[in-house]
Amino acid sequence: MRTGRLRSIRQLYLLLSVPLLVLFVFSYLPMIGLIIAFQDYNIFKGFFGSKWAGLAVFKEIFRMPSFWAALRNTFLLNGLNLAVGFPAPIILALMLNEVRGKGIKRTFQSTMYLPHFLSWAIIGSLAVELLADNTGLVNVFIKSHGGKIIPFLSERWRWLFTYQGIWIWQNAGWGTIIYLSSLTAINPELYEAAEVDGAGRWRKIWSITLPGISSTMVVLLILQVGRIVNISFEQPYIMGNDLVRDFADVISTFVYRMGILSARYNVGAAAGLFQSVVGLFFLLTANTVARKLTDTGIW
Amino acid sequence: MTRLLRRWPEALIILFLTVAALTCLLPLVHELMMAISSNDAVLSRKVGFWPVEPTLNSFREVFKDSSVLQSLVFSIYLTVAFTVIAMALTIAAAYPLTRPELKGRRFFTTVIVITMYFSGGILPLYVLIKTLGLLNSMWSLILPIAVSPYNLIILKTSLMSVPDSITESALIDGASYFRILIQIILPLSMPIIATLSLFYAVGRWNMFQDALFYISNAKLYTLQLKLAYIVINNTSPEVFQLEGAAAGYRIVPAAITAATVIVATMPILIAYPWLQRYFISGVMLGSVKG
Repeated sequence: MRTGRLRSIRQLYLLLSVPLLVLFVFSYLPMIGLIIAFQDYNIFKGFFGSKWAGLAVFKEIFRMPSFWAALRNTFLLNGLNLAVGFPAPIILALMLNEVRGKGIKRTFQSTMYLPHFLSWAIIGSLAVELLADNTGLVNVFIKSHGGKIIPFLSERWRWLFTYQGIWIWQNAGWGTIIYLSSLTAINPELYEAAEVDGAGRWRKIWSITLPGISSTMVVLLILQVGRIVNISFEQPYIMGNDLVRDFADVISTFVYRMGILSARYNVGAAAGLFQSVVGLFFLLTANTVARKLTDTGIW
Repeated sequence: MTRLLRRWPEALIILFLTVAALTCLLPLVHELMMAISSNDAVLSRKVGFWPVEPTLNSFREVFKDSSVLQSLVFSIYLTVAFTVIAMALTIAAAYPLTRPELKGRRFFTTVIVITMYFSGGILPLYVLIKTLGLLNSMWSLILPIAVSPYNLIILKTSLMSVPDSITESALIDGASYFRILIQIILPLSMPIIATLSLFYAVGRWNMFQDALFYISNAKLYTLQLKLAYIVINNTSPEVFQLEGAAAGYRIVPAAITAATVIVATMPILIAYPWLQRYFISGVMLGSVKG
């Protein structure tokens, strides 16, 4: 019976080996594959046949104005997001918290969570239908009332606002969940005591509610700062167009354009690696700060 | 009167939240109205939040258009296949990691968690997929995202709550781990399996970037990729000539685009009540762990 069990343990290793193999191939091999950033990579000669190039590829991308523009735009979009995207769910959560009716509160929540589940392809379509220069519903309305159209998607400064607005539209409602849950952890007796002492609505928000969610705020803020060089691909890609390219081209879309579309594989890999290294620096710094402030850190 | 004065901030808040909630809904309502209005009305920009010359023609066109239909069928097929495979792989990894008799558990867990923080990035993965000959293969849309370390950790934590005594007594009765997993552990864990399946399915359904990178064969376009191409072509007409021609693509009338958007949104809307509940619990699980 003992041997039966031992034989059976092998099944555990067998089970585990399949997902580990998948993970090794599709997560670890690409990490090793970053070596092509240091090679004069040629896909026909492959990984082992290509010549070493040292830091030549990095020198090349550092000479590219489009690379620096992509890096700057990544910071620009993420920095603006920190300024307006970060506080949005907090304000929304504070407002939801003031709503007394259970049913109406739940209705607000259900409605505002919905955009989180829409894909960027769909959000992109909705944005074009609503905001395009001549055909978008908003501009059609403005024009029919004698106003001047607003180039939401085609003028780069306006586009920055549209980009953040749409990000907030998709994420702010969903972002309230974590704040609402930390709000429920606040002891209701604090509010009762404050009322007895004659505190008004604002006083209670300032002295009880905000301190109650401050640790959640700090952790999320630090996490976001730590990811300031990381940018997803789908939103900037779907919202970008030639007229706003100056601001819309970020690292991820740069890697796609240079690396995949133009088949400059080592250039794409080098840009990605550079981003990861800078990103790691920010993440580690953020974690150190988090340790100091909250004595837990973010991992 | 004083009571009303004391209540005005709440009225203002309700007003603001109502506007915010409407902002979340109205773009979809507008899209739906375009989809059920005549194409002429849509083109002359008469459609707002009410159907003009209501008709279901656009939906008929969508389901008649073999390329859209093909994308729809492929997307459903892909999502189902992906969810089954991803779930199977996630279970296969999570269960052994809950067994104390498995040596090297800590090492294997670390190997998995590392992939949450480090990745090779877009380009090396693309080169790998190209080297493996998986471009224009459905596998390129399944395997790279099939083992989500995040879902895996959630599942592992949840499986640990199954009492050890059940497994122990089954082992003594001579059952193999494999049988215990299939006949005891999984039936006990259906809620978490349903939750994670939903995570995987929604993620797969909504994603277009990997299909954009790896797929050029129009037969393997997902619905989201098709929509993404329509958006890109709509926002840059001059690019349309180039990319459109390469993608074997033609101008899609606005009402039909709207109908396609509605069709692509439908599964999400139908599943929304469950989505909301399960995803909220996912946020909580994630934050407890993090």
